[in-house]
Amino acid sequence: MGSESLNTYLLVAVFLLVAGIYGMVQKRSFIGMLISIELILNGAGLNVMALNRFLAPDPAVGQVLTLFIMGIAATEAAIGVSFILAVYKKFRTIDPSRIFTMKR
Amino acid sequence: MQFYQIISEIIFWLLVLITMGGGFLAIGARMLIHSLLGLSITFLGVAGLYIYLGSLFISLLQVLIYGGAICIVLVFGIMVGYTPRQIVETRIKSENLLLAVPTCGLGVALLYIAIRRTGWVPAAQRLADYSIERVGHTLLYDFCLGFELISLLLLVGMIGAIIVSNSQEEESGGE
Repeated sequence: MGSESLNTYLLVAVFLLVAGIYGMVQKRSFIGMLISIELILNGAGLNVMALNRFLAPDPAVGQVLTLFIMGIAATEAAIGVSFILAVYKKFRTIDPSRIFTMKR
Repeated sequence: MQFYQIISEIIFWLLVLITMGGGFLAIGARMLIHSLLGLSITFLGVAGLYIYLGSLFISLLQVLIYGGAICIVLVFGIMVGYTPRQIVETRIKSENLLLAVPTCGLGVALLYIAIRRTGWVPAAQRLADYSIERVGHTLLYDFCLGFELISLLLLVGMIGAIIVSNSQEEESGGE
């Protein structure tokens, strides 16, 4: 265990993944769920970079994949926030379990 | 072990601590803005870990895109969307917490066992070129299709965000 060991980075990435899943189940607001998704994507990026540093034949490939993950995360945050604002304007609530139209 | 190596290890473990502490704050805080603060701390910690993984470029982009753009967008969402009374999260029920925390701990333990038992084999021939020139060459030659698709995705995402936030305003304009 240390900065020259693959397992350390993978374990930090596992922590980020599990924390993100826990937060997504537990949070009662859309922004909280978006924050958890960002945690999961960060864990994915850290995983790719760690495997790239220790195992991959070409170190540029992992960096490119991490750039792709960042681009997708940025798009997802922008779309998510615009959806949240639209839903908030229509329903006036942040609790996802209180948003229903068909039950009424 | 040399002196600078000890310093480097200490800084590494501090970064791991920052990352994990930020994660705990992000999922544990009751105020949404505190949760966002924890998320940005996690971003900075992961950016530091990227330096240890050999890529200063990706680390700077992590600070720029995650720490800059995404955090600002989320702060904007919190500021515009919510009234102060709604920002505070409701507490999770304690029996649900009793189920959720052991489940997450079991997930971490199982994945850790899987990581430990896997024999990681490095590639036989490995390049040691971490330069930005090599990344740019790989991005624009080998991954050209992915690059174009990402740019298309960003364009569609921006247009979609504008349309979604505008159309809802027109429908509920009477309120």
